[in-house]
Amino acid sequence: MTLAFSDRIDVALVVNGEPVEARVPAGQHLVDFLRLELGLTGAHASCEHGVCGACTVRVDGQAVRGCLMLAAQADGADVWTVEGLTEAGGSADLQAAFVDRNALQCGFCTPGMIVAAEDLLARGGVPARAEIRAHLSGNYCRCTGYEAIVDAVEQVARTRAGKGTA
Amino acid sequence: MTIRFDNPDRPNSYIGKTVPRPNARKLVEGRGRYVDDIVLPRMVHVAFVRSPLAHARIEGIDAAAATGVKGVLRVFTGADLAAVCTPWVGVLAHLKGLKSPPQNALAVDRACWVGEAVAAVVATSRAAAEEGAALVEVDYDPLPAVTDTMSALDADTPVIHPGLGDNLAFRRLHEEGDVEAAMASAHKVVSARFRTARHTGVTPEPRSILVDWNPAESQLTAWHATQAPHMMQSVLAEHLDIPESRVRVICGDVGGSYGIKVHVYPDEVATAAIAKVMGRPVKFIADRLESFTTDIHARDHEIEAKIAVAKDGKILAIDVDDWTGIGPYSVYPRTSAIEGNQVVNLCGGPYDFANYRARTTVVFQNKTPTCQYRAVGHPIAVAITEGLVDMAAAAIGMDPVEIRRRNMYADDAYPVTSPAKMRFEGLSHHASMDKLLTLMDYDALRADQAEAMKRGKRRGIGIASFIELTNPSPFMYGIGGARISAQDGCTVRMDPDGSVVALSGVTEQGQGTEAMLSQVVAEGVGVTPEKVRVITGDTQVTPYGGGTWASRGAGIGGEAALQAARALRHSILEVAGAMLQADAGSLDIRDGQVVNADTGAARLPLEELGRIVYFRGDTLPKGLPRELVQTRHFITMDYPFAFTNGVQASYIEVDTDTGVVTLLKHWCVEDCGRVINPQLVDEQIRGGIVQGLGGALYEEIHYDTDGQLLNGSMADYLVPMAAEMPDMVIGHVETPTLESDLGAKGAGEAGTAGAPAAVMNAINDALRPLGAQVTEMPFTPERILRALGTITD
Repeated sequence: MTLAFSDRIDVALVVNGEPVEARVPAGQHLVDFLRLELGLTGAHASCEHGVCGACTVRVDGQAVRGCLMLAAQADGADVWTVEGLTEAGGSADLQAAFVDRNALQCGFCTPGMIVAAEDLLARGGVPARAEIRAHLSGNYCRCTGYEAIVDAVEQVARTRAGKGTA
Repeated sequence: MTIRFDNPDRPNSYIGKTVPRPNARKLVEGRGRYVDDIVLPRMVHVAFVRSPLAHARIEGIDAAAATGVKGVLRVFTGADLAAVCTPWVGVLAHLKGLKSPPQNALAVDRACWVGEAVAAVVATSRAAAEEGAALVEVDYDPLPAVTDTMSALDADTPVIHPGLGDNLAFRRLHEEGDVEAAMASAHKVVSARFRTARHTGVTPEPRSILVDWNPAESQLTAWHATQAPHMMQSVLAEHLDIPESRVRVICGDVGGSYGIKVHVYPDEVATAAIAKVMGRPVKFIADRLESFTTDIHARDHEIEAKIAVAKDGKILAIDVDDWTGIGPYSVYPRTSAIEGNQVVNLCGGPYDFANYRARTTVVFQNKTPTCQYRAVGHPIAVAITEGLVDMAAAAIGMDPVEIRRRNMYADDAYPVTSPAKMRFEGLSHHASMDKLLTLMDYDALRADQAEAMKRGKRRGIGIASFIELTNPSPFMYGIGGARISAQDGCTVRMDPDGSVVALSGVTEQGQGTEAMLSQVVAEGVGVTPEKVRVITGDTQVTPYGGGTWASRGAGIGGEAALQAARALRHSILEVAGAMLQADAGSLDIRDGQVVNADTGAARLPLEELGRIVYFRGDTLPKGLPRELVQTRHFITMDYPFAFTNGVQASYIEVDTDTGVVTLLKHWCVEDCGRVINPQLVDEQIRGGIVQGLGGALYEEIHYDTDGQLLNGSMADYLVPMAAEMPDMVIGHVETPTLESDLGAKGAGEAGTAGAPAAVMNAINDALRPLGAQVTEMPFTPERILRALGTITD
């Protein structure tokens, strides 16, 4: 029991704007904590070794792999998942652009893709298509072939930069 | 009444328009519900102990340490599950000579590939189940592993299944005309050896199943990431000895399939068997290593092929000798002989020629089983055919476009039967080629290529024509004895508020099935697509159908939906006629209103008709039919398959110092008959192209000679990512099938079918002046440099 006790760690963090306190297994990944303990199933576990990006969430303003960060490491952190981003409304234009452009098919990669794209869009300006592609190159999508995703991100960047193409 | 598709301004003209996908918003908001998102009371998790050896006798299993792990409830061996789950054999009667041994849910006595499940550990958490699985001690006695395809039939190669006599699973030889004579008298004969690598689907969502057995109701419920719920219902019922009516398969959101999730996987059946034994919900979600070692593989082919041409470029003969290794079992129930069979069926597909010989040899080996994966056999057949055609063109000094023009079936030649005995109802090779050349501006691109050469840049243009098999009839599986439905059904009903519900046997895997159905039903009934709620993926609820595979959803499921919707429209108008004292034939339904057909004047909103029918039926004439629910099923009868066609082009640059290939741009013109939703079709094509580009440049499962899988992670098995992929220009020619009112054929596999060949031809176009040629995929920098003679060791 001593071992089991030391395997659990108390954390206090803010998830989607709400304070959360929990005692987590030391080996539990952030994405599993979010999914299993908080019921936030928007971020997905896919490759579970940091390559595919389906588990991407925002931690202290950075796009982070939920499968490469332990829940214990999120103590004190400000975490946002696609559910919180949706409720806050800040990504509504990007999400609408994904739907309009059909920049998602099965949708499994999409929450991670949204977080990763917002990471780029937050820098402002209108990135070149190659830049968008490079920034999203850690997010695997098997369905779309990426072009529609690049289109959606590019269009939102233009709109946000005030150069909207009607 | 037929729909005037030629009039885009007709009322309710949703077929042919881009309408939004009803299920897209929930997915971008993270509100999808994939199997792993589902949590049930008393749910437990299963993790599998998997063989670390490619071939070994299982001498004993010691689970003592595993059962000591906190949270572990039970450990099952192969023998345990064999007592409650019967084995299966992956053969089909129409694939003559195909043999395969019985396969169990968990290996009994012998493991035959690295990753085969040999024991199952059930625990209250996934983490505990995995910890327990790591502690199960299996005593293996290694057996010799067969890993090479070409020597699998040699006399000194061990026979994997001694009871079968040899390692030959299936062989088929097809001969048409006199190939030898044609070769002997030809102006030029060109031969080549092609290799397509072993691929796997790498679905973003790993294979997932959650099964509950309720003994009080004798009901098994499986939430399953699958493409074929009814097939799985039948399989689970048969092998777990449950009446089919007591098995319910629910398929909600699925995180990518591409053919991977249409097969019967032993660990998934084991999960169901364990649920039945334990009487509680059991969840299995594959991890990524399990995906690589146990999801079906595909496309592992080695081919020797020859083409004979006349001086004028006419194809005189094609000769193909195809070999593939499928692992130790033919996969149930679709079998692992289909891919090789498709290569025989599809080689030479676009071309009008007389002499054809093709043989496929399908052998057993100790690797992960292979089976049908997106565009089954097509990328292989197209690479062989289009590779040969380009080589022939080069040999006689003809432009690659010109040689194709001289050989493709004329657009007015149909119906025709190919030398492979495939029957084509109507294709458009020449119109598609014309459109492609316009879209890509072929002459300007050739000029750009020459200009680049002056700057020392080696660029290449590759063309690949292709045919795609869609809308399969029972000739694909049913005639072989498999309970795989080629027909599909749709029930359409109108509810009191005038909204429409459509229940379909085809499933949504992200390709937009539900959007397609909503617009077909909307047009068929006469409401807006937002008024149509589509329900798929529940065997207890939807009409019986085949699900999603072989590009059948729109062509077959869509036609069933159209017919059901038209029938509902007829029923509604019959009631409306009685209510309005009008002839039903003088009325129409537009935008959710009953209107006068000639003037369009509004007569009655559907919600008012619904209110009367459901709440004031007393005011309608006695005996008036008032069934505001209609079901129709559709099956193709005239052709075994609805073939489509298309042509792709790739523009690439090869860095001859590093061997790196850069994809500059890609084009595809394809003909899937009636386009129901242009955006969804284009995105199917684009996604398919990129899957094909992965096979051309990156994807290859590696094994060592002991049968160890060497690259079972996404860091090691490369897939296309955004940075390397090109923008793609998509165009269409529409030759509707006359088998249905809708006229739709499939579009899901065209991109994958043609892309690898287009890239191969583009690379060889760039390398040809250097005397180099590549035919072994993927075209890695190493293979390019070897072809150039830069690497020689």
